Amino acid sequence: MNQWKNLTKGFFKENPILVLILGTCPALGTTTSGINGLSMGLATTFVLVGSNIFISLLKDFIPDKVRIPSFIVVIASFVIVVELVMRAYLPELFNTLGIFIPLIVVNCIVLGRAEAFACKNTVLSSAIDGLGMGLGFAMALFILGTIREILGSGSVLGHKFIAGDGMLVFILAPGAFIALGYLIMAVNQLKKKYLKD
Amino acid sequence: MAKKESTFGNMLLALLVISLVSSTALGFVYEFTKEPIRMVEINKTNNAIQAVVPEFDNQPAIEAFYVASDLDSLKFYPAKKNGVLVGTSVETYTKKGFSGLIKLMVGFAPDGTIMDITVLQHQETPGLGDKIDKKKSDFSLQFQGKNPETFKMRVKKDRGDVDAITASTISSRAFCDAVQRAYNAYMSTLKK
Repeated sequence: MNQWKNLTKGFFKENPILVLILGTCPALGTTTSGINGLSMGLATTFVLVGSNIFISLLKDFIPDKVRIPSFIVVIASFVIVVELVMRAYLPELFNTLGIFIPLIVVNCIVLGRAEAFACKNTVLSSAIDGLGMGLGFAMALFILGTIREILGSGSVLGHKFIAGDGMLVFILAPGAFIALGYLIMAVNQLKKKYLKD
Repeated sequence: MAKKESTFGNMLLALLVISLVSSTALGFVYEFTKEPIRMVEINKTNNAIQAVVPEFDNQPAIEAFYVASDLDSLKFYPAKKNGVLVGTSVETYTKKGFSGLIKLMVGFAPDGTIMDITVLQHQETPGLGDKIDKKKSDFSLQFQGKNPETFKMRVKKDRGDVDAITASTISSRAFCDAVQRAYNAYMSTLKK
């Protein structure tokens, strides 16, 4: 039951983007389409699960005063693995996500989970926490990306349903802020209605 | 196991072991992905060459050579069929883009006529400047079969012959700049 909570809290109750408002830089930068958002979310999920597992394994070995540098080294290694593998096997995707992949290193969610959860909990809970948080992040990015794609380019998952361009502003940065703002508002309303505790 | 205390020795040991393990692991991943990444790069170049010059039977990527240009030298890929030059694709660039470097592959017929252009790399605004890419709009098609000697490589706003992308004059100008650079370098090789 407890592990189930660890998994599901990332989707709604503690969703990193929509509730905690962490990691907004990649969220705004990569969500020009639903697929881009989802891929960025999944790349982050991989890093999050990997770093959470390793950090909770190492939590007794790492002295408190050097925990942040140790976490960063572990996280950065996972990010470079993702980057190299993506360049080798998914070059198209790497071209679109490009600079945002190295930026996962400084994504607040990854370090935040390491600091707040993985260094205090067991390996299994940490892995599940990373998975839940990562998938929640991916879900939020996918929703945001899809909204921006529908409004901005008039297509869903790359399939165009109108001729010509959509509202360009939603592809650009200001539209990302507007869409994210409304999305957060909607989630807050839902939270008020259905989540009493 | 109890939590390690933050003594100098412990901190040194922890950081040392962590960096050592991560760097070893990364070394392995790098070795493992090096070959596929190289193949991807070569494929990308070859596809771009094939897209801009007629059919050839040599290895342009191996016969490539550099030609000096105003800022940095450009890479030339000669495409030959039965030993006769059928076209040259020139990897050119411009720094005048709206956001960052734009790299193009321009295919020239032996007399300097543009055969086709593809975009190798750009970071122009999605929905506006990214229309320089053939996948997004027909902008780059207007250069096909034009010779920059008679076709003024400037946007119409600057009294040239190029139809700029609506609301993306800067990207269009940058595109022309890159093509002009390739043409100048190409003509300099002909004069020799």
